[in-house]
Amino acid sequence: MSRVDRTRMPVPGPARSFTFPIMRRRLLANGLEVRAVSHHSVPVTAMVLLVLGGTAIDAPAQAGLMSMTADLLDEGSHGTSALDMSDRIARLGGDLDVEMSHDAAMLSFITLDRYLDEGLVLLRDVAVHPNLADHDFERVQRLRLERLRQLRDLPGALADRAFAHVLYQSHPYAQPGFGTSASIALLSVEDVRQVHRRVFRPSGATLVVAGDRPAEALLDAAERIWASWHPVDGDDTGVRDRGRLEPPTHPSHALSTWHRPGAAQSELRIGQVSLSRATPDYQALLLLNAVLGGQFISRLNMNLRESKGYTYGVRTGFDLRRGKGPFVMQTSVGTGVTVPALREALDEMQAIREARPVTADELARAQSSVALGYPRGFETVQQLARGAASLAHHELPDTYFEDFVPSLMRVTLDEVRAVARRALDPARWAVVVVGDLDRGGDGLDSLGLGAAAPVHLAL
Amino acid sequence: MDIPYTKITLDNGLDVIVHEDSQVPMVAVNLWYHVGSKNERPGRTGFAHLFEHLMFEGSAHHDHGYFEPLQRAGGQLNGSTNTDRTNYWEVVPTGALDLALWMESDRMGYLLPALTEAKFNNQRDVVLNERRQNYENRPYGLASVALAQSLFPSTHPYHWITIGQPDDLRAATLDDVRTFFATYYHPGNASLTLAGDVETSHALDLAARYFGEIPRGPVPPPVVVPDESMAPATLLLEDRVELPRLYLAWHTPAMFAPGDAALDLAADILSHGKTSRLYRHLVHERRVATDVSAFQHSRELSSLFQLAATAAAGVSLETLHDAMLDAVRLLASEGPTAEELSRVSTQVEAQFVYRLQTVGGFGGKGDQLNAYNVFRHTPGYFSDDLRRYTGVTADDVRREVDCWLAGQPALTLSVVPKGRADLAVAGSVPVEVS
Repeated sequence: MSRVDRTRMPVPGPARSFTFPIMRRRLLANGLEVRAVSHHSVPVTAMVLLVLGGTAIDAPAQAGLMSMTADLLDEGSHGTSALDMSDRIARLGGDLDVEMSHDAAMLSFITLDRYLDEGLVLLRDVAVHPNLADHDFERVQRLRLERLRQLRDLPGALADRAFAHVLYQSHPYAQPGFGTSASIALLSVEDVRQVHRRVFRPSGATLVVAGDRPAEALLDAAERIWASWHPVDGDDTGVRDRGRLEPPTHPSHALSTWHRPGAAQSELRIGQVSLSRATPDYQALLLLNAVLGGQFISRLNMNLRESKGYTYGVRTGFDLRRGKGPFVMQTSVGTGVTVPALREALDEMQAIREARPVTADELARAQSSVALGYPRGFETVQQLARGAASLAHHELPDTYFEDFVPSLMRVTLDEVRAVARRALDPARWAVVVVGDLDRGGDGLDSLGLGAAAPVHLAL
Repeated sequence: MDIPYTKITLDNGLDVIVHEDSQVPMVAVNLWYHVGSKNERPGRTGFAHLFEHLMFEGSAHHDHGYFEPLQRAGGQLNGSTNTDRTNYWEVVPTGALDLALWMESDRMGYLLPALTEAKFNNQRDVVLNERRQNYENRPYGLASVALAQSLFPSTHPYHWITIGQPDDLRAATLDDVRTFFATYYHPGNASLTLAGDVETSHALDLAARYFGEIPRGPVPPPVVVPDESMAPATLLLEDRVELPRLYLAWHTPAMFAPGDAALDLAADILSHGKTSRLYRHLVHERRVATDVSAFQHSRELSSLFQLAATAAAGVSLETLHDAMLDAVRLLASEGPTAEELSRVSTQVEAQFVYRLQTVGGFGGKGDQLNAYNVFRHTPGYFSDDLRRYTGVTADDVRREVDCWLAGQPALTLSVVPKGRADLAVAGSVPVEVS
């Protein structure tokens, strides 16, 4: 056996080809689109129901209505109780997750393959036939009000709320999806019933089933069980896409502060209203983000964490939605280094536009990192089901996963530099600081962001 | 149901385990060192985890960050430390397996030449930030510190939590790093798993090639557990929280010891899902709590069974205290119903199956094989472990709950809003944490 050559590291060999599982579709007579992904691995089935219409459709005075509706879906169906439903889930060894995002509701269920039919029936009962009973509503409402109280102690949640508020103002994405004590207290079970009737309908919805059976068998099982979902007349897709309303270009304040006396750390956010997921620049943005703050080895993390020791970690992300989502840099730093950390972060974010644009090596690194690691996202049935649902969510073609790597590799240095100048606009940035300003606020006025506007949102 | 594997032990004592799964063109490299915060000494708490951070800062033949070459190659990587062990993993494209092994072996064999004061100080700052972010600046975040120091005497290796005390982290020196490395970071105290798109004989050859040259180290000193124990106290901690929360904690049998699995199921029966006893009674029906939790925190030297409930507005912690103890006593006297037991067994079985889906990362197949190898000396313990749960009877649950929980005094900790010590359970004594 030859000795290891420690003078140079092994150069990775070529990537082994990876074929993405084929997705099959079937449109049911009631308008529901079913997608199936066959995955021969472990006897597990994952299913996802995607219904367009998320927290962005809440009327301002009813913030939290959609997320309350989400909470009530698994509180019993067909007249059997919430406890019965919980028991049913447990008996299937299942795990139900109801996620209400800005633009859509996504219900995910995972179970053992032998319970495929039972799982499909259960998910249908949850989504289509929830009881939405008075007494359950009242209990869930009370729990929500308690959670909102506890939110006051979560500095990251305060920073996220303030950031959305300052960026989006009267746009639907400004609203806290979880609601406020005031808005939740005013909701009624009748509000929930109405919005459920309006949003949970088969046309425009997508059901994905991924599991260890032939795709046709998965489609047949889904059709057998979901064909009974009654269609509703009329197309209200426009009403459901309130996130696509035009957001403000500039934040209400460049610098906002939320004072928390005695806080051990400062939560920081910097960012702006960005683009929608439909942007043709998506791959370029992904690469820009990888270089700036999307990976451990990104500029921001290497500076703020690995060089300065200001934080446990920092990251950036383009949260691209059906409407124009935010770009955000987020981190939690020691109170005493609040201002130096902000200065470094602002400097890195500005430098990547002009002074120190993305280099050829950084681009190559980001491309190989994302491209070579791509198959990791398709290992489990949950990943496959959610992946197929995300295509429907963002109206992407069936060939999207197949085309992703080639289109990522086509992005040029000029393109990624140009997108940095376009997508990062300091004049449009909002900076939010949640922390102890008495101990960490000195020097905030030296950042050139103007006077700090105190925010203190009612939760 | 199983995870097929091959295991060899190199001449230097390194265990190497290989599992083939070519579902995706990736290989998971997973390396455990049998060292955790239980191996620290008083005055240097938090050191094992701080050391873990230094493992990512470069080694003699690659004195740069550990992340860069691997992320460039499409890999994902991380590490973690708990009381009992430290693990490191990479999930890399098949073609980058050599690279990952070269790097893992370089830091196992040649970490110290690359160590500098500057790196050390930087990572200490990072860890102090991690502690503030995840414990001090988080509601109820210091409860785990209070529980550990009040359940175990100061000479017990579980007296402190893994993140450690800030003053101890500040007191640590480069010499501590050198001694720790020499004592614990060598092949004889490690277990390497390669799981994924790799052929077994090739994987074994690669492991021998990259790690075989590293000398065997000394057998680490045994961990000494003092005989003395502490009388369970009734404590209170003031924190920046809106709602008071009550914790009850008991000493229970160690991981894999008789009673461990039954108590794990007891925790599920008490708090997993809306039909669990505590959730149903306290949150759903009586509405005196906003959340409940129960778990058997299984560890190598001894375990901890912990119940917690957060009071709904205006509800006293005494109300929760009585209800929680009543639920424990009822389970100890009557045991679970057949329905309850079958429900939690199905859930456990499903969780075992779900865990077979991923080769890498925390809890993936590579990590499981190493856990079973380090703690059971049997990488293939998967099906035995599952049987440990499916074999539990209702009377096992009843008996173990009676023996370890109902029959023993609990440590009681009230976490209350600052300035509201009056909300704690009567007779509580303030506990000092930092």
